[in-house]
Amino acid sequence: MLPVRTEYYLVLSAILFTIGVTGVTVKRNPIVIFMCIELMLNAVNLSFVALGRHFGHIDGQMTVIFVMAVAAAEVAIGLGIIVAIFRQRESIDIDEVALLRH
Amino acid sequence: MTESALLNLVIFLPLAGAFVLLWLPRPAEARASASADHDGRPAPPCSATTAIRWLAAIVSGATLVASIFLLRAFDPLTSGFQMATDIPWLPQWGVRYHVGVDGISVLLVLLTTLLSFLAVVYSFSVTKRVKEYMIFLLVLESAMLGVFCALDLVLFYVFWEAVLIPMYFLIGIWGHERRIYAAVKFFLYTFAGSVLMLLGIVYLYLSTGSFSLVQLQDPGSAAHASLAALDPRTLMLLFGAFALAFMVKVPMWPFHTWLPDAHVEAPTAGSVLLAGVLLKMGTYGFVRVCLPLFPEQAHAAAPLFILLAVVGIVYGAIVAAVQPDMKKLVAYSSVSHLGFVMLGIFTFTHLGLVGALLQNINHGVTTGMLFFLVGMLYDRRHTRKIADYGGIKRSVPVLAAFFLIATLSSVALPLTNSFVGEFAILQGSYVSAVSGPVWTAVAALGMVLSAVYMFWLFQRVFTGPVKREENRRMPDLGLRERWVLMPLVVLIFWFGCFVSPWVGIMTRSVEGLLASVEQRAPVVRTVVSVPSGTEREAR
Amino acid sequence: MEPLPTQNLVWLITGLPLLGFLFHVFVGKRVGRAVVGYVACGVVLASFAVSVIVTLDMSGLPAEGRRAIASLLPGISEPAPWIEIGSLKASFGALVDPLSMLMCLIVTGVGGLIHVYALGYMAADRDHARFFSYFNLFIFFMLTLVLADNILLMFVGWEGVGLCSYLLISFWYEDMENSKAGNKAFIVNRVGDIGFALGVMAIFATFGTLVFHSPDGGGFLDMAARGVSEYGALTVGAATLIGLLLFVGACGKSAQFPLHVWLPDAMAGPTPVSALIHAATMVTAGVVLLARVSPVIVHSPVVMTVIAVVGVFTALYAATIALTQTDIKKVLAYSTISQLGYMFLGCGVGAFASGMFHVTTHAFFKALLFLGAGSVIHALSGEQDMRRMGGLRGRIRVTHGTMLVGWLAICGMFPLAGFWSKDEIIGYASGFGTAGPFLAALAMTTSLLTALYMSRLMWKTFWSSPRYGDASSADDGFGGGGAANALNLHDDHGGGHGGGHGGTHGVHESPPSMTVPLIVLAVFSAVAGLIGTPWAHLFKRYLEPSLAAYPAEHGIPVMAGLVVGAAIAAVGMGLAWALYAKRREQGAVLSDEQRQRILPWRAAANQWYVDAAFTRAFVVWGGAAATAVWRRLDDAIIDGLVNGLGTVTAALSERFRCAQTGLARLYAMTMLAGIVALLAGVVAWGLSR
Repeated sequence: MLPVRTEYYLVLSAILFTIGVTGVTVKRNPIVIFMCIELMLNAVNLSFVALGRHFGHIDGQMTVIFVMAVAAAEVAIGLGIIVAIFRQRESIDIDEVALLRH
Repeated sequence: MTESALLNLVIFLPLAGAFVLLWLPRPAEARASASADHDGRPAPPCSATTAIRWLAAIVSGATLVASIFLLRAFDPLTSGFQMATDIPWLPQWGVRYHVGVDGISVLLVLLTTLLSFLAVVYSFSVTKRVKEYMIFLLVLESAMLGVFCALDLVLFYVFWEAVLIPMYFLIGIWGHERRIYAAVKFFLYTFAGSVLMLLGIVYLYLSTGSFSLVQLQDPGSAAHASLAALDPRTLMLLFGAFALAFMVKVPMWPFHTWLPDAHVEAPTAGSVLLAGVLLKMGTYGFVRVCLPLFPEQAHAAAPLFILLAVVGIVYGAIVAAVQPDMKKLVAYSSVSHLGFVMLGIFTFTHLGLVGALLQNINHGVTTGMLFFLVGMLYDRRHTRKIADYGGIKRSVPVLAAFFLIATLSSVALPLTNSFVGEFAILQGSYVSAVSGPVWTAVAALGMVLSAVYMFWLFQRVFTGPVKREENRRMPDLGLRERWVLMPLVVLIFWFGCFVSPWVGIMTRSVEGLLASVEQRAPVVRTVVSVPSGTEREAR
Repeated sequence: MEPLPTQNLVWLITGLPLLGFLFHVFVGKRVGRAVVGYVACGVVLASFAVSVIVTLDMSGLPAEGRRAIASLLPGISEPAPWIEIGSLKASFGALVDPLSMLMCLIVTGVGGLIHVYALGYMAADRDHARFFSYFNLFIFFMLTLVLADNILLMFVGWEGVGLCSYLLISFWYEDMENSKAGNKAFIVNRVGDIGFALGVMAIFATFGTLVFHSPDGGGFLDMAARGVSEYGALTVGAATLIGLLLFVGACGKSAQFPLHVWLPDAMAGPTPVSALIHAATMVTAGVVLLARVSPVIVHSPVVMTVIAVVGVFTALYAATIALTQTDIKKVLAYSTISQLGYMFLGCGVGAFASGMFHVTTHAFFKALLFLGAGSVIHALSGEQDMRRMGGLRGRIRVTHGTMLVGWLAICGMFPLAGFWSKDEIIGYASGFGTAGPFLAALAMTTSLLTALYMSRLMWKTFWSSPRYGDASSADDGFGGGGAANALNLHDDHGGGHGGGHGGTHGVHESPPSMTVPLIVLAVFSAVAGLIGTPWAHLFKRYLEPSLAAYPAEHGIPVMAGLVVGAAIAAVGMGLAWALYAKRREQGAVLSDEQRQRILPWRAAANQWYVDAAFTRAFVVWGGAAATAVWRRLDDAIIDGLVNGLGTVTAALSERFRCAQTGLARLYAMTMLAGIVALLAGVVAWGLSR
């Protein structure tokens, strides 16, 4: 079977990352922002795995496991915060949550 | 070894107690009494509150008992560190968990555990957020103990900063009107000082490869050799970095202005621990770090420190005399008394140093007691203004008697603790080549001025005609309050009348310290040689 | 030094009063008044008995080594250590020698009598137990002062008596004036005490020890007597420094100019306090100190001269003030200052034994005069103003009779106590170098003034026509002015004297507990001088082992001095008789208006404005300066810098915080832009290489 070339993975990863960044910067719904962040993380994961395979290293895959674990924790906390904010404010518009500024 | 286990127990028992307290249910806050936070009356019987209080009291009491055993196990004939635990903590960077006590720190450990226990017992009258309050007190106790026992600079720094956090909250949450201002000022001021210390620690490590206080002052070690090999300017900068951190903490004039604010706004227990223990961290730092690590620099800078100490003595006393607020008066008196301690340290004499270490303890006992007493007055009348009192000796004779004892100790009357300390300091200063009779005479002015402000305070608060009707009906001290004060009274007279055993505990360590200092500082000769042995009998 | 057979009893001398104090403090409130009083008197009298035993025992020792060291704690023979830091050592030890035992006898003897007197005087006071606890504590500290075997322990007693003095002056603390007087006494004394403390430090720096005498001759007095210090010969400079510093301490405690300002105010205390502390014992501590360290002082002519000059000046200065006072206790207070001046003069001219002799006789007759004055005040229910006295001779006969003896004694009339001691000092003063005649002349002038003001006191109080109760109204008269203090004593629970107060018919002789001590003291005031006659000077020979040998000499022949002394006293008394006998009715030479107009009189009545100047300088200006330091320097500048730093930081942050919009998306975009910029920079840098 013809192996997929590493460059393809990297290009896909870059596209995914860009989509993620765009989402984070333009969306106002924190849940969508979260999804976009996940997209960015996974884009990076993809490149890690691809490059790991490319260089024959185990490190890339190992790092991915870490990232996934951290991402899971982050989502849990993030969603918790969102729920808490929603309870307080009945709204989760990211632009309205600027309490710390004051 | 069991002895080192005992030391670790003393350090971490309060922290463990705080951890247990975390799991107790938060008592329902009595909304009605929310305005009367510091009410003298006991709170309505509430099982959770009572349990929290008693648990805290038992834990800190057990720590006190453990520290007494520690003192009994302590061997006063050794000059080195005892009961040490030395295990790697962050091996990559050479940071170790290294704790131990010597004659200089063991008494401070005892002072800390005693004052913490009394603070907890006194704080039974606190009704606002009891659980958090007790947790902070216990965490504070552990952190303070850690400072006095740490022998690794990183560990020392960690404990040093850890003290700030609970104290910050104690002032900020349970304080008086301007508590936020005072808490922030306290935190930022002392933190700014200690950041310099952190820089110094890092630099020290980079140039010597060791964080260990023991190695750095051991003449045979490589770390010591590379420390001594540093050029004098660098050493002076390092000394300055440490000294500045400690000066802020002591506080030496002119870095003292955080102290009156913090004292005035802190709750009573906070003031007691602040004056009784936290300030001692500064003086202890000088003795533990500055003197043994940078003896030449300390000796070179001694004239400056003596000047600042003497200015602090007189200045603090003068400003104390005109304070309308009792707590502020006591706070400024601390500036004055700590000036004596600093004077003693920088005389570079055995007498001065022993006197300074004694006075360290004495000031904790005496000023702690004064703050307790002021707190008790506050509990009754909810004011700290001297002008709001007057003639209350008739209604609270027992309180007045205790206050008089604390006053006498504060003015260093013979047979009270402070006299022994201050006389030894002044005598050391008199014979010292660094300070000499003239500075001693100026410092002795502080003894006159202390009589002025303390006796004037006593006069305005307790004697004269009763000007306010509500002052007539004040209840006298309750049983719990008496028991808080009793141990301090005992210590005042114990140190005042039979000080020899206490001196015996620190003698060897001080001798060792001075010997190592004299080895490296070129001219640390005193006018009168003060041999520690029995030279007189030989004549 | 030989051991003393009764060595193990010495601790009782100080221990008994201390036990008395503890008894009053812990159980005094629960037992009855009578028990408290008897215990208080009992411990002091028992202490006196022990002192007598020990004194007799000590007198048996050979003269050259007539001293012994004993412990002040029970059950041990060696003095227990108090402070041991390096070579700085002080112990709870007693030095038993003629000087210390003399003072023990005076303190416990006269003190015991005054305790008995106080039983009657304080009978109605509601703080009875508190009074006697302070009184016993005072005796304890005073005995510690005189018995101490090292100068640091002496300092304990020194400050301790100051404390008791403070407590007793402000005993009726509900009156602010009393409380202030107590504070003033303590603080002024503290100034002197610092001199003492620095002197102790100088002694340690010079001699390397604080012990007076030690068996091996290593005490600092032994060394000073041999003329050596720790580093070879004792220099005059070192002796001068030590002497002057200790003299400052002595000035504070013994109310010598200019540290005398506290003593007149100290009369705010109950009269037994004035008699015991501010006349008989505590104020003489300065003289005891000088006598004790005399081996050091005699090395320095400067110190000797300073002591003599300050002493004689104080004597004269205080005598002029005493002449103008109208409060009976104030007259006696200034008289005490003046007499203390004599004692200092004696020490200054090297006649330490004469100084101590005057301490002894003065203790008797001044205690007597104070107690007599107390009895007068008691009889008049609290009246202290001599302008409202008079005619008491027939009404309180015992008091009058005993005060008559005291009057003759203090005036220096042959052959009473004051005659011998005062003339001896003047005699030795006249032989003190070139300044001698001058000193003697001033001392004789003081003598004349003494006779004059004491006779004035007697005339105004006893021999002129009665003036009490004739003012606006009897009750107001008693309630106003200086009467307020002493009235506190009775008015709260209205005990003892019941309704007997308020009118002339209320004048009554004091109870026996008060009159018996008066009689005993009168006897001693009459005969005590006979132990020190110039022909068989028992007193001097007794005290000699404790004092420095100094060749003090009479400048004028002894007999001539005695005759002149008695003549001066007679002249002073006669002058008073001439002035007052014609003015029995008004009982005054000057009218109130004249007192104001005659400038020297007014100045003297106001202490020559010394006190006012001190008040102005230290209280008013000092307070203003302290406030300025606090407000201007501490709050404004030092704290201002600290807070200024905070303010500057906050102001800068205020600028920077504009960037913190709170819009999370903006932050994300800023981050993006930052990363892009960073990457661009890295790429550009890479390309440029």
